[in-house]
Amino acid sequence: MFESLSNRLQDTFDRLGRSGTLNEKDVDAAMREVRMALLEADVSLPIVKDFVKRVKERAVGAEVAKALKPGQMVVKIVHEELIETLGEPGRLNFSGSTKPHVIMLVGLQGSGKTTTAAKLALHLRKEGRQPFMIAADTYRPAAVDQLVTLAKQIGVPYYEEGVSAKPEDIAVRGLKAAKESDAAVVIIDTAGRLQIDDQLMTELEEIKRRTEPAEVLLVADSMTGQEAVNIADGFNKRVGITGLILTKVDGDARGGAAISMRAVTGVPIKYLGTGEKINADSLELFHPDRLADRILGMGDVLTLIEKAEEAFDEAEALKLQKKMMENNFTLQDFLDQLQKMKKMGSITQIMKMVPGMGKIIDQIDEEEIDRRMKRVEAIINSMTPYEREHPKVLNASRKRRIANGSGVEVRDVNDVLKQFREMQKMMKQLRKGRLKIPGLPSIPGLN
Amino acid sequence: MSIFRSGLAKTRQSFFGRISQILGNTEIDDEIWDDIEAILLQADLGVETTQRVIDDLKNRVRKQGLTSAEQLNTALRESLQDLMQRPPVLNISGRPLSVILVVGVNGSGKTTSIAKLAHRLKLAGRNVLIAAGDTFRAAAIEQLQTWGERVDVPVIAGQPGSDPAAVVYDATEAAKARGHDVLIIDTAGRLHTNYNLMEELAKIKKVSQKIVPDAPHEVLLVLDGTTGQNALQQAQKFREMVDVTGVIVTKLDSTAKGGMVFAVFNDLNLPIHYIGLGEGVNDLVDFQPEIFIKSLFEEN
Repeated sequence: MFESLSNRLQDTFDRLGRSGTLNEKDVDAAMREVRMALLEADVSLPIVKDFVKRVKERAVGAEVAKALKPGQMVVKIVHEELIETLGEPGRLNFSGSTKPHVIMLVGLQGSGKTTTAAKLALHLRKEGRQPFMIAADTYRPAAVDQLVTLAKQIGVPYYEEGVSAKPEDIAVRGLKAAKESDAAVVIIDTAGRLQIDDQLMTELEEIKRRTEPAEVLLVADSMTGQEAVNIADGFNKRVGITGLILTKVDGDARGGAAISMRAVTGVPIKYLGTGEKINADSLELFHPDRLADRILGMGDVLTLIEKAEEAFDEAEALKLQKKMMENNFTLQDFLDQLQKMKKMGSITQIMKMVPGMGKIIDQIDEEEIDRRMKRVEAIINSMTPYEREHPKVLNASRKRRIANGSGVEVRDVNDVLKQFREMQKMMKQLRKGRLKIPGLPSIPGLN
Repeated sequence: MSIFRSGLAKTRQSFFGRISQILGNTEIDDEIWDDIEAILLQADLGVETTQRVIDDLKNRVRKQGLTSAEQLNTALRESLQDLMQRPPVLNISGRPLSVILVVGVNGSGKTTSIAKLAHRLKLAGRNVLIAAGDTFRAAAIEQLQTWGERVDVPVIAGQPGSDPAAVVYDATEAAKARGHDVLIIDTAGRLHTNYNLMEELAKIKKVSQKIVPDAPHEVLLVLDGTTGQNALQQAQKFREMVDVTGVIVTKLDSTAKGGMVFAVFNDLNLPIHYIGLGEGVNDLVDFQPEIFIKSLFEEN
């Protein structure tokens, strides 16, 4: 249903023809498309209007770079302006000598505060700080149990009083307990609430007043629609937020709410939450360029590349990249890569970042990952080196031999080969694009 | 940033406030069309549905020769009403045991909605049982059990981390054996993009059919009312996987308008059964198109 902005603009400008500079008429036509694209991505209307105005000012009269078509030039400007609007990723504020530093998580019901609290605690511990969690949601049934279960699961100390006391008192006593246990950072989980709920917002103000947090982070669902401006503005006005965490980013929402919230509050986006599992990969640093790509429907190729780079050493990465570019990617490489992917965390998470990888996600599934990966390994291991380099020679009898050798059915061998071909196809698509502005067909000279 | 704020202030003015400014004016000008468009977009109707409503409205204006603000206002409501119908009654009668499967993404409000639905059905004289099919999320079982106590409806649960299909099997069997006439199955929140978890839902569905062959009789998708255009993708994917039969929209006590349900209803033909208006047991109300449409134009 969504069409990437570059495709839309392509159509518009194909109709308009081309010239050396962007004239007002062309730009106006393009801005209609930009406006639609942003609205479809759930950017709030007032933010869209302002954004379009700024892009228009920049675009009218702009010289179209030699290598670009007018449509691509507009996408480039939109992309740059979007990155600027999204702003630099914010780091958590650990300045000042008062310890522990307090981080308060606030947000609507169901935005993912408790899960995020645990992810954040794990993330901070990975950074070498001693985290501590306080369960201050006394409203939602079993919210305290949830926090306690997660805290135990990741082995982080916590404080709770069930639901018998007022949240602000629990927060204060929890902070005292954290001090005594020498914690460096305290994460206060608060109950979900609507920004228009005066009584509950007053409670947040009170928690803030008494715990003096260094950070008040608004945890927001990345699927939020037009309401995003009201939520962010409401929380910011009442409790003064210092940053944003967007959750459920592993879905397929465009995430325009990020722009709305960022624009209306002026506070930075600090993290993105992916997946419900609490592990090292499920809280990501925010990269404005990638989110801009996503909002414009251009996939998230850079995140993938970075994840890959973390797991592969540089020389190997270069070699692989070369192979991908030259279309020499073989089953042996596939096997090597599968083995290395184990180091990269959740595979579905990685796959999702690649445009058009939906089909492969369907085949590789997270829960059964080990079993399936082992099967794939076994199948490729049962092939001769020649077969791995030249899968075309795999006729029925060879496939039967491989199936017998790896203890699977011929069907499974075919599945692996199919998967491999899909991967090759995907790489071909990657090869066609330039990574600076993914999704745009061949823009020589832009990099 | 101040531009955004003033922009907000402007759009927060009620529609009637704005439309009254043109009273007496015999011409429906571009600014009014812009205003109407802004209201619909900001209610999360989405670009396509908004365009559809405006085209239809322009047609009405031309054909019927409408000139006054009042006529325009009435016509706008008619346009919207054409895109939304009252839901049929839930298909949970006329058999010994009816099964309702409840699905949705994380944090949409499934568990709370189930408690409220159970409460409603109980008040209507039904003998309800709830199956705690969310064995994944920490303390989800406790959350449902607390609600069960609160609304006085029994809950069948397994161990955290156990196979949800097994819990559903046990619960369906128990519902039948103990003479319950409605079983509501809670499921773990899952993003519709997670194929594996979506398959698990299909399995849960199949398991309930082992005991009640035509189950589930209703598959209700819980949509967060603050969600934007992604609601349509959610509904599409869940429908593909488990044949969703209807929708519950939650959190409409917020300032969000939930306008994406127009697309969900029209493009996917999924009726909206209930809307959630808060965290109390009585805060699940029947979806009424007229009231819903009226609320689109109400000031927050």
